[in-house]
Amino acid sequence: MIELDSITKYYGNYPAVTDISFRVEKGEILGFLGPNGAGKSTTMKIITGFVPPTEGTCSVAGNDILTNSLAARRHIGYLPETVPLYTDMTVSDYLEFMGRIRELKGEHLRKRVDSVVQICRLEEYFDTFISKLSKGFRQRVGIAQSIIHEPDVLILDEPTIGIDPIQVVETRELIKNLGGEHTLIVSTHILPEVSMICERVIIIHEGQIVAVDKPENLATRLRGTERVEIDVAGPTREIVSALEKVPGVESVNRKNSLSDKGYSSFEIEAERGLEIRSELAISIVKNKWDLLRLEAVGMSLEEIFLRLTTTEDATQDGENLGIEEVSNNE
Amino acid sequence: MNNTLTIAWKELKIYFQTPTAYVVSAMFVVFAGITFILNVIGTNPEATVRSFVVPSSIFYILLAPLLTMRLLAEEQKLGTLELLLTSPVRDWEVVLGKYIASLVILIATLAATLYYVIMIYAFGEPDSGPVMSAYLGMILYGAAALAIGMLASSLTSNQIVSAVLGMGTLLILTFIDTLGSRLGGVTGDIVLEISMRTHFGDFARGIVDTSHIVYYLSIIAIFLFLAVRSVETRRWR
Ligand SMILES: Nc1ncnc2c1ncn2[C@@H]1O[C@H](COP(=O)(O)OP(=O)(O)OP(=O)(O)O)[C@@H](O)[C@H]1O
Ligand SMILES: [Mg+2]
Repeated sequence: MIELDSITKYYGNYPAVTDISFRVEKGEILGFLGPNGAGKSTTMKIITGFVPPTEGTCSVAGNDILTNSLAARRHIGYLPETVPLYTDMTVSDYLEFMGRIRELKGEHLRKRVDSVVQICRLEEYFDTFISKLSKGFRQRVGIAQSIIHEPDVLILDEPTIGIDPIQVVETRELIKNLGGEHTLIVSTHILPEVSMICERVIIIHEGQIVAVDKPENLATRLRGTERVEIDVAGPTREIVSALEKVPGVESVNRKNSLSDKGYSSFEIEAERGLEIRSELAISIVKNKWDLLRLEAVGMSLEEIFLRLTTTEDATQDGENLGIEEVSNNE
Repeated sequence: MNNTLTIAWKELKIYFQTPTAYVVSAMFVVFAGITFILNVIGTNPEATVRSFVVPSSIFYILLAPLLTMRLLAEEQKLGTLELLLTSPVRDWEVVLGKYIASLVILIATLAATLYYVIMIYAFGEPDSGPVMSAYLGMILYGAAALAIGMLASSLTSNQIVSAVLGMGTLLILTFIDTLGSRLGGVTGDIVLEISMRTHFGDFARGIVDTSHIVYYLSIIAIFLFLAVRSVETRRWR
């Protein structure tokens, strides 16, 4: 549905995006993740045809975005990150206008306006001037505008920013439901959001793709170490030295003490692929310490994100990413 | 064409919902009224529209840029141009639609000055030919001034800058004729031909000359074309 082939974009001499290629299949929800200035918005502007790429080609629904621009644009619904709205118009006038320039008319247009107003919970503000809406409601009008013509392809640049938590949940539901018939690209800073709504994630950093995978695979692939958390009562120093002797263990860190009864939490990292939990338990029991909890923990998306975008060799070698340590050891 | 009309309609609605157009048009009508009264109470009153039409045309220097300044500049400032240009709308449809909306406001404003024409007919016996040709000239002159305003509005995201740019350009294109008559010779003639005022005199006197019509239509075409190109290059900036 969407196809980018070695897209490069220079703003003057500054490369905002370098050599990006990927495909998005029909019905897929793709997450776009990256720190500020990574080039997410720039890539989206290229896909929507607003910014022409310096090099490379991009097509939407089989139409090249430069040479067959109008045809490509007919397939696209777009919410830019600035949420552009005509502040001098009422919500209903605005939505009607946006529908009209997307080639809706008459009865169908009216139905679509009513429908998106309902979907985005804007009924109360139907005749309010946009200049009088709060940030969150403007965001909703922006989303409403992007889906009014039921586009095949939806490009949403940080769609949940500025929306209250309840509405955020609803908006994510909405986005998820749009997948299937629509093809979506959603950019965001909010990492859990990606695993909630996206089937595939592209992590982009300094204008380059550093990882592409399913959110859950990303976690396993990057987990260079197995990690276990335990709560134990006992003398800290002895516990640490005993556990460090367990084969495969690379580091033991005391995280915090649980106020009553002398329990403390420890975080243990071990070589990749090793199952050390039983060994740990045996060692603790042998020393007659009280074991309250023993749990293997995966890496959160936040940590993956940090590793991918803060390690030096992140862009060179995706496979070794997890082995680079960031800041867990003392 | 549908898109053009959709955009024109949207702009008209905003014109009617915000004060700028009302204020600017009212000022124009009042200004025309003052020149009209000055003629009536003057020592040698004429039963023609020339007396107020000629000074009013000078007022276009203010009127046109104030009407057009918002049209493209604000789209850039609000970022809405990004949505317009990623919708299945051609760049020229955007420019033309907005231009048509400003033209409608201009013609409505001119229609309001017909009140003075009615007064002339009530108290004198004017020639109808010059009245009609004068209004044709006023529309053409105004349409050309608006096209210049459109280009000014496409060049910046700041409405004030856009207005100043438009007024400056109109000021030069209006009064350059004085330079032309000073220079004399071929250069002087060319400069005279460029001036927007030169081409208006005949209309006010009741003469409809094709060359003048062609002049104003060319100005409209050139400046609208440049405005479209300017919108296109927005993508590259
Ligand atoms: N119009 C422009 N002119 C010059 N440089 C630009 C322009 N737009 C973006 N850039 C630069 O390109 C880089 C990528 O910007 P982009 O907006 O794509 O980042 P982003 O990933 O969307 O960041 P954010 O998370 O902050 O929205 C940035 O370094 C930015 O400074
Ligand atoms: Mg961005």
